[in-house]
Amino acid sequence: MSAEVAIETRGLTRRFGARVAVDGLDLSVPRARVSGFLGPNGSGKSTTMRMLCGLLTPSAGEATVLGLSMPRDAETLRTRLGYMTQRFSLYEDLSVRENLEFLAAIHRLPRAHRRARIDTLLGEFALTARASQLAGTLSGGQRQRLALAGAVLHEPELLVLDEPTSAVDPQSRRDFWEALFALAERGVTILVSTHFMDEAERCHELAILDRGRLVAAGPPERLLAELGDAVVEVESDRPRAARELLERHPAVRGAAQLGNRLRVLVDPALADPARALAEALAAGGVAARARPAPPSLEDVFVAATRGAEREP
Amino acid sequence: MTPSGASSRGLTRFSLERVRAVARKEVLHLRRDRLTGGMIAGIPLMMTLLFGYAINQDIRHLRAGVADLAGTQRARWLAADAQATQVIDVVRQTGSARELERLLARGEISVGILIPVDVDARLARRDRPAAQLLVDGGDPIVLGAARALAALPLGSRVPAAALPAPTFEVRAYYNPERRSAVHIVPGVCGVILALTMVLFTAIAIVRERERGNLELLIATPVQSAELMLGKILPYIAIGYVQISLILGLGFLLFDLPIRGSLAELYLAAGGFVVASLSLGLLFSTLAASQFQAFQMSFTSFLPQIMLSGYMFPFEGMPRPAQWLAEIFPLTHFLRIIRGIVLRGASLGDVRGELWPLALFFLVTLTLAALRFRKRLD
Repeated sequence: MSAEVAIETRGLTRRFGARVAVDGLDLSVPRARVSGFLGPNGSGKSTTMRMLCGLLTPSAGEATVLGLSMPRDAETLRTRLGYMTQRFSLYEDLSVRENLEFLAAIHRLPRAHRRARIDTLLGEFALTARASQLAGTLSGGQRQRLALAGAVLHEPELLVLDEPTSAVDPQSRRDFWEALFALAERGVTILVSTHFMDEAERCHELAILDRGRLVAAGPPERLLAELGDAVVEVESDRPRAARELLERHPAVRGAAQLGNRLRVLVDPALADPARALAEALAAGGVAARARPAPPSLEDVFVAATRGAEREP
Repeated sequence: MTPSGASSRGLTRFSLERVRAVARKEVLHLRRDRLTGGMIAGIPLMMTLLFGYAINQDIRHLRAGVADLAGTQRARWLAADAQATQVIDVVRQTGSARELERLLARGEISVGILIPVDVDARLARRDRPAAQLLVDGGDPIVLGAARALAALPLGSRVPAAALPAPTFEVRAYYNPERRSAVHIVPGVCGVILALTMVLFTAIAIVRERERGNLELLIATPVQSAELMLGKILPYIAIGYVQISLILGLGFLLFDLPIRGSLAELYLAAGGFVVASLSLGLLFSTLAASQFQAFQMSFTSFLPQIMLSGYMFPFEGMPRPAQWLAEIFPLTHFLRIIRGIVLRGASLGDVRGELWPLALFFLVTLTLAALRFRKRLD
């Protein structure tokens, strides 16, 4: 494992009874970067993160995190790890400051520095005015900032954030991501899961998970560039009818609906795909407009997960 | 930013500082949780009053009528002595046995005292009962009280003074109303602690699990033993608050004597408190929800009050039940507190009850710490 790699897994697998939640994951997460897990609910993002934090024992395979073997060295990792759970997991009946003081004592921060460190974090995460407020009465965005402050309190080398922005307004989400990049610049490795495409696009590195499998990995730009399909955007008043019609077309590999629009993935061998689709729609009696479009991560996601669907 | 190998090893070692942090957090939870806070004082207050006053096994102030057919000095003494036991209150004076029976039948009195014409001769000879007690036998407790009254050597004031008679025994009988509360209050103290101490800690871990705090907590360097100890510590203090409340109430309201050393009692009670707390903690690591933790607590509570000697005399129970009861902390604590409070025993006298409590504490705490895994699977 090179010094540039923070997390490496080989064949990482987790079964819950007969269900395979994570299936033979080979993963490599670089240091001091924001790496994203993209995938729908149930794709194995949380289970993978829990195994990487030493909270779940893998059924098979191995995971090395910051040079430590999981779950054997989990206790050592815990002094160097900040973990933010999907659900708010600080104490709602404790105040903002009491929560941070508790974590500071648990991490055995030097007593003399504790107060200063907590004050700094309160300022950094815009919580100074809320310091004596009970955590349970905070808004979604404030809670999430408190949770992040709690996760970085002991200056961990690795931050694992499980869908941190799922209950947060768009402005708070933007602020949150600014904070993540600031941390990465200071050398912190960040692994964050999301199901928002705009967040996924901001990551340095991306791993797309589907039903427990890694279906694509790499920097978002490269994933976009390597998309093996042409993208056509189809606009119609009857998008469902248009979709049904197009999915029967031999060159169409997939279609996803966005309101009145369809994102259609087409075999690149097909010449002038927009026109071919428009003709097919006209022949089927569906009024629609079709034009070529630049690929998006949504398309990458649809293309990547389509492969898994066809397997038995 | 990267901790060196040495300091990171230091961080994973057992730390009293972390125990303190967990304990402090528990106190904060308690301060914010009015219901539990109320339970700390409310349960001992309510149960001590309830058991002390309402569950009174001794009967007194039964309404009584007297039919004095003799009308002599001794006959009046006999009636006055019966009244002095406080078992009965003479509310009616009548002239005939028939009248007495009618009052009894109407329910105006539950006891009738019929003093025959030859009562002086009967009291002097003592070969036959001096008088008759007519009792409403429908209530077995009233009947029992009347039987006890009938057995008392009443009305023999003058001859008794002449004899080297056991006046002491008579005086004890003269205060039957005090016996019940005195025996019950120390028992109530044990029963309340056996319930509340187990309940408080039974929800301690499972609550963190239910509220989602546990996943964060186990991702920190806090150790199982640190967490267990930190969760127990605040409740030891609460246990002592409850003991003080119950004994204070017993002293103020029920004239509970504390014949042994209070300091020794508190010391011994500590063993019972930690044994009960660690049992609760073990339940907390086994339960999947707070409701399950409650169920486990009550399941352990019922056999404890049934078999510990609180409800039925220990010696009267079958052997296997006694063996089982020897495991329960309450059994040993009842012997300790009754010994120290009522019989003036010393800590040395009850040392045989202390080590089972210590053993129980160590075993359950170890099981809880082992059972609690810092894993989600």
